[in-house]
Amino acid sequence: MHNFEYHRAGSLADAASALKKAGEDGKLMAGGQTLIPTLKLRLAQPSAVIDLSGIKELASIKAGAGEVTIGAGATHAAVAASKDVQGKIKALADLAAHIGDRQVRHRGTIGGSLANNDPAADYPAAVLALGATIVTNQRKIAADEFFKGLFETALKPGEIITAVSFPAPEKAAYMKFANPASRFALVGVFVAKTKGGVRVAVTGAGESGVFRSAALEKALSGNFSAKAIEGVAMPAKGLNSDIHASAEYRAHLIGVMAKRAVAAAG
Amino acid sequence: MPTVKMTVNGKAVSAEVEARTLLVNLLREKLGLTGTHVGCDTSQCGACVVHIDGKSVKSCTTLALQAEGTKVTTIEGLANGEKLHPMQEAFRDNHGLQCGFCTPGMVMSAICLVKETPNPTEKQVRDGLEGNICRCTGYHNIVQAVLAGAKAMRG
Repeated sequence: MHNFEYHRAGSLADAASALKKAGEDGKLMAGGQTLIPTLKLRLAQPSAVIDLSGIKELASIKAGAGEVTIGAGATHAAVAASKDVQGKIKALADLAAHIGDRQVRHRGTIGGSLANNDPAADYPAAVLALGATIVTNQRKIAADEFFKGLFETALKPGEIITAVSFPAPEKAAYMKFANPASRFALVGVFVAKTKGGVRVAVTGAGESGVFRSAALEKALSGNFSAKAIEGVAMPAKGLNSDIHASAEYRAHLIGVMAKRAVAAAG
Repeated sequence: MPTVKMTVNGKAVSAEVEARTLLVNLLREKLGLTGTHVGCDTSQCGACVVHIDGKSVKSCTTLALQAEGTKVTTIEGLANGEKLHPMQEAFRDNHGLQCGFCTPGMVMSAICLVKETPNPTEKQVRDGLEGNICRCTGYHNIVQAVLAGAKAMRG
């Protein structure tokens, strides 16, 4: 790992000013569960790392009327254990409980996961399917506008995610087919029956990261049941093919995981 | 070089480290606490698990500077003099190890798991040890040891 300047931010304003000072080679770190392995592999060589983990205001989880707002610094373990999240959006607590392993969940954060936008990460599926809003230190970004491709988001230089606001769905569930070795999602499907209609988001499978499936949403809109998905054609076009699974296999898994998710959502 | 201050196994520690120094390297190389192992160095195997403020973390994926002001516990901090921690005792009684390389991480993960889930089922133990790999594949006795250790910790 190359060396870097380390700055432990005491507040959001402090983090923003340290990031500005560091310029384009500055990097924010929340739990570090992706960034530290990336630094070890020298896939990133930031001149400065600004640690957000000491900013207490980022770690809160608050439930309002029909929504839950999760601070960007909330760890996966904290989201999984939160009574507010379990009560309002059980599917989200379940998803958080199965990210990585226990040790990763003790440090990894929702804000870090979303800013990184790994194409096999779990949280992007929940954010997109639930129609969440990403709150930054500068603005609010709708989920549909946030994910821009592999490891690409709508975040601008200097922008820091502070919270994610999730509207509570009528029904929702997430199912993933984990890679047996890495436990990352080979395919993960989050289905949600929301006030605005049915939304289905798929992670792990797409060449450009997380995406919504219009075909599944249409099929489930009239009849929110696993049976409604039978016969829905899942094209392999635009899906990943690698040593772990072919695009055709991933396409098949999307249908299987979607059915299981709908059944689990009840 | 920056200075980091923390409590390790109950003792106040202050050390000069590079920003890139990993917690595991501080523990092993500067503090001589070589019970914490480096297996994979890629956050997979869990041989490096220690507790930061009571929570199990992978010390190969934590910067030493991130532990500023925290209470760190390593495998060396569990026993009370000659008296082993109940989870260590359970690993010995159940032969919960083969080569022993993964054992410190297994014990640290198990203690945190049992603190959060005092009466775990076998499935909860197996799921809870997902982040710890035993290259000898000696999982059967490790799981038995954790179940016995949980019982002993409940008292």
